[in-house]
Amino acid sequence: MPYELVWLIFLLPLFSFALISFVLRPSLTHKPRVSGYITIASLLSSLALSIWALMEVMAAPSHNLAIPDISWVIIEGGITIHLGLIMNSLTAVMLLVVIIVSLMVQIYSQGYMHGDPGYHRYFAFMSLFTASMIGLVLADNLLFLYVFWELVGLCSYLLIGFWFHRPAAANAAKKAFIVTRLGDFGFLAAILLLFSNTGTFNIAELHSLAITGVLAGTVLTWAAIGIFAGAVGKSAQFPLHVWLPDAMEGPTPVSALIHAATMVAAGVFLVARTFPLFEHSVEALTTVAIIGGFTAIFAATMGLVMTDIKRVLAYSTISQLGYMMLGLGAGGVAIGIFHLFNHAFFKALLFLGAGSVNHATGTFDMREMGGLRKVMPWTYATFVIASLSIAGIWPLSGFWSKDEILASSLTSQPILFYLAMITVFITAFYMFRVVFMTFGGNYHGGGSEAHDKPHESPSVMVTPMVILAILAVFSGFWNVTGHFGALLGHGETHSFTEGFFGILAHPLPWISLILAGLGILLAYAIYSAKWLSAERIRGFFSPLHTLFYRKYWFDELYENVLVKKALIGGFFAGLQQIDTYGVDGAVNGVANGALASGRTIRRAQTGQLQLYGLFIGIGILAIVLGLYFFG
Amino acid sequence: MSFNYLSTIIFLPVAGAILIAFIPGLSDRVIKRIAAIFTLIPLGLALFLFCNFDSSLGAGIIQFEEKLLWIPAINAYYHLGVDGLSLPLIVLTAFLGFMVVLISWKINLRVREYFAWLLLLETSILGVFCSLDLLLFFIFWEIEVIPMYFLISIWGTGRKEYSAIKYVIYTLFGSAMMLAGIISLYFTTGSLSMVEIAQTGIASFTAVIPVVAIFFLLLIGFAVKLPVVPLHTWLPDAHTDAPTAGSVMLAGALIKMGGYGMIRICVSIFPETAKAYAPILLTLAVISVLYGAALTLRQTDLKRLIAYSSVSHMGFVLLGVFALGQVSLTGAALQMVSHGVITGLLFAMAGLVIHNVEERDLKKLGGLARQMPVIAIVFSIAGLGALGLPTTSGFAAEFLVFVGSFSSTVVSGIQVYTILAVLGVVLAAGYILWMLQRTFYGPVLEQYNGVKDANTMEKVYMFAFVALIMLIGIYPAILTDIIKLGISPIVGLLGG
Repeated sequence: MPYELVWLIFLLPLFSFALISFVLRPSLTHKPRVSGYITIASLLSSLALSIWALMEVMAAPSHNLAIPDISWVIIEGGITIHLGLIMNSLTAVMLLVVIIVSLMVQIYSQGYMHGDPGYHRYFAFMSLFTASMIGLVLADNLLFLYVFWELVGLCSYLLIGFWFHRPAAANAAKKAFIVTRLGDFGFLAAILLLFSNTGTFNIAELHSLAITGVLAGTVLTWAAIGIFAGAVGKSAQFPLHVWLPDAMEGPTPVSALIHAATMVAAGVFLVARTFPLFEHSVEALTTVAIIGGFTAIFAATMGLVMTDIKRVLAYSTISQLGYMMLGLGAGGVAIGIFHLFNHAFFKALLFLGAGSVNHATGTFDMREMGGLRKVMPWTYATFVIASLSIAGIWPLSGFWSKDEILASSLTSQPILFYLAMITVFITAFYMFRVVFMTFGGNYHGGGSEAHDKPHESPSVMVTPMVILAILAVFSGFWNVTGHFGALLGHGETHSFTEGFFGILAHPLPWISLILAGLGILLAYAIYSAKWLSAERIRGFFSPLHTLFYRKYWFDELYENVLVKKALIGGFFAGLQQIDTYGVDGAVNGVANGALASGRTIRRAQTGQLQLYGLFIGIGILAIVLGLYFFG
Repeated sequence: MSFNYLSTIIFLPVAGAILIAFIPGLSDRVIKRIAAIFTLIPLGLALFLFCNFDSSLGAGIIQFEEKLLWIPAINAYYHLGVDGLSLPLIVLTAFLGFMVVLISWKINLRVREYFAWLLLLETSILGVFCSLDLLLFFIFWEIEVIPMYFLISIWGTGRKEYSAIKYVIYTLFGSAMMLAGIISLYFTTGSLSMVEIAQTGIASFTAVIPVVAIFFLLLIGFAVKLPVVPLHTWLPDAHTDAPTAGSVMLAGALIKMGGYGMIRICVSIFPETAKAYAPILLTLAVISVLYGAALTLRQTDLKRLIAYSSVSHMGFVLLGVFALGQVSLTGAALQMVSHGVITGLLFAMAGLVIHNVEERDLKKLGGLARQMPVIAIVFSIAGLGALGLPTTSGFAAEFLVFVGSFSSTVVSGIQVYTILAVLGVVLAAGYILWMLQRTFYGPVLEQYNGVKDANTMEKVYMFAFVALIMLIGIYPAILTDIIKLGISPIVGLLGG
């Protein structure tokens, strides 16, 4: 098959968006379900094509397919931009993640969004969201990557604010867009810097310039840091992490997509895509590792104390993204992306599970749940699998990628390694805190009277969860043999049994397994067996609890102190005063001055001849005197 | 060229204005139709010129030229012509000229006068973009003040008399400077032809007053119009208090005369002076961008907010112009067109909201997305264009300005100016999203139940605007391929 077909992977969901929102829009009011079917059909076709593309990439000697491009803007003596695609191993893996997760989410959404008045709008946005993310993954130059990057941001804005009549949703959407745009500022600056130094936006060309050392020194470092700033915004890394927890105001399947495969994955992907730039700048690479490692533990601590199930998951996402950044910074593309790959499936599953629970109980507050194990067996089973996977329990997928990150950071970033180890414990604890609070014990009544008898979600929701659960178990096996790493450029391969059991011969996996086990045990002790009282522990750690629960006061610092008080209420208000009374005051002052002087001088024009005669006399006298003294 | 396309385009609107003004007994409906026809034909002709503009002739060639000796004593010609720089602006003006007639369809106060002034306004702006003779240019430049004054002071709102007179005096202050500049230029070179003076080069004449002084006299005239901080305070008042069509024309086409004049006259005729003083002007550009954006964030009046955002966005034009590079100038020209369409649409939508809801205070608006979904969608698209979202023209233009400025070799230290200006885009996201949220999102307010959404005609013109924004955004080459032909000879004069 010709390689031009790769374009279709991107275009099909885009057509789906156009079809739903422009062509079929009027007729969909009565048959909203059609929009779901169109979206799912387009994604199925894209999935088939991307699997084909993956096969081709694996077969190609350099793991890279050349695809014809299109010229976009050409200004002689200045700028030449082509629109092209990269189809290499990184693209192929990302396509698989994006499309599978999106497909599962769309199938699930048919149940979750059933009866919502914005049903077709939802699927239109979802199609556009997926298309933008696919475009981002495929783009072969930084400019188009940036274009899709922003479109992904736009779609997140639209979907987080999907229920725009709720002020919280509208605020969260705006916050997500503006905070990520702050990071995009760095990305854009980096693009400008790179272009002015190299004259190209093309990623492959930039790679070779970095590898050959033409692009080096401070320029390279600043460019890499700028790109990373973009990634920090999108992937919600410290200090731009504040938008992601609020982003749960969108419908839960949207959160699943944002947290697993699209929005936040874009940042990690960007670093991976431009990795040679980082690789040749020690400072930049270290920055990535430090920010990642710090964010991992920083976010995890906040996850410990939240009572909203989606918030716990949100902080866990930030934390896991931190792991990915650490993996990129300490180990390389294959290690970071491998965790992204595995994480996508179990995190999507966790969110879909949370959505399923919410569907049954009408709340996201875990204190109102409990006892759902019996009534929602499928949700329970899949949720536990995902939790074990994220906790890094052998042999589930999360174990394999987390172990690689830990191993690589031990050699290159020892301090971060210890932080990451502590995070393993915290992760296991907060995940099983969720499991026990939600599914264990007795039911606490749900969000409203209507939900006093929770029941399992319909099969249209359960089926994608089961598929994702299977992936959450097995997706990690791809690199048990080392083949995933080899595809992405480094690492050697070995037999499956050797990798599967051989790993247990090392001490490191055992330490992390024990830590994770302790985390689970502690959660069991507090929230299931009640050997320890949660209240007393909270009282004992009261200052810490407040610190975590108030999210280290970052929201207050940013929103109230910096934006509202310092900028809009302070500095900008001062500028406005200057504008009104200084700049415009001067303008009005000149006008008033002219009027006032006119009024004053007018008094001289009395119309009395005697007075005029007097002035003439004074004038003559002045001239005569002047001539006498100076002449 | 046997048929005088440019004269026809320029004078058809004023012919319509004369018909409307002097044929007695016309009903309002007929007046509106006449206005529509006499603006639609120029739009058609402008598009025809756009399609028939011959790019293969190469850069710097004036096309569709008309030249008649006008006042022999001072060597003044009736000289019209277009190149790659002016053609897109002519199409923009003709487009907006037709659109404002549709936007004004609901006007019912002194209809005859209103449309006569509106059409005269279009003629004067078109004349500015077509003139190649400095005296002719100046006359068209001055005519524009009169219709704008009446449009604001009669059909405006709020402190309309104050704003109208402020606009007139401010503009006249600028044009007085400009006239002094043009006269000095004439006595220096003995010519009024922009093309001729630029090609000969000002350096080969003995200037009657220092060249720098002529440069700044002219520049101040353009800087008032663009506007450049600190000469901007007429703009928020005029935009806010003008009727919707007035705001659209003002923001969409009129202030572009300032940017156009800077490129066509200041940079082309005084390349060396422009280079020498670029750092000062770039500083003003950055101040305009950031200061404008900061003030925008403080506004609570829907139209005033959009007006201040124009100050910020015109700062990008100034940045692109005085970065003095091929790409940056092309970007600046594209930004003028793009801003014309985007802000034109923003004002049109704001006008529609204010007309239908009868409320313009952002603190009292809210939840309108449910009650006026079509307006909400179109307003949002225009807003996304204004905040420079990719696939809208705003991104294409601003990106070209940034890339061009950042890599410009003419001015040293330009990277710092550019990066600071890029911050304006972050602030833009803040004020645009805040505005959209305050107007359309949040709980539905009962007092606005039953407000009207867009009607069919409104949907038609909204669609035209949106289509243009997306077209330029997705395929900017449709304009840049033409603009660059007008820009490259100017860059050639700069020797950079």
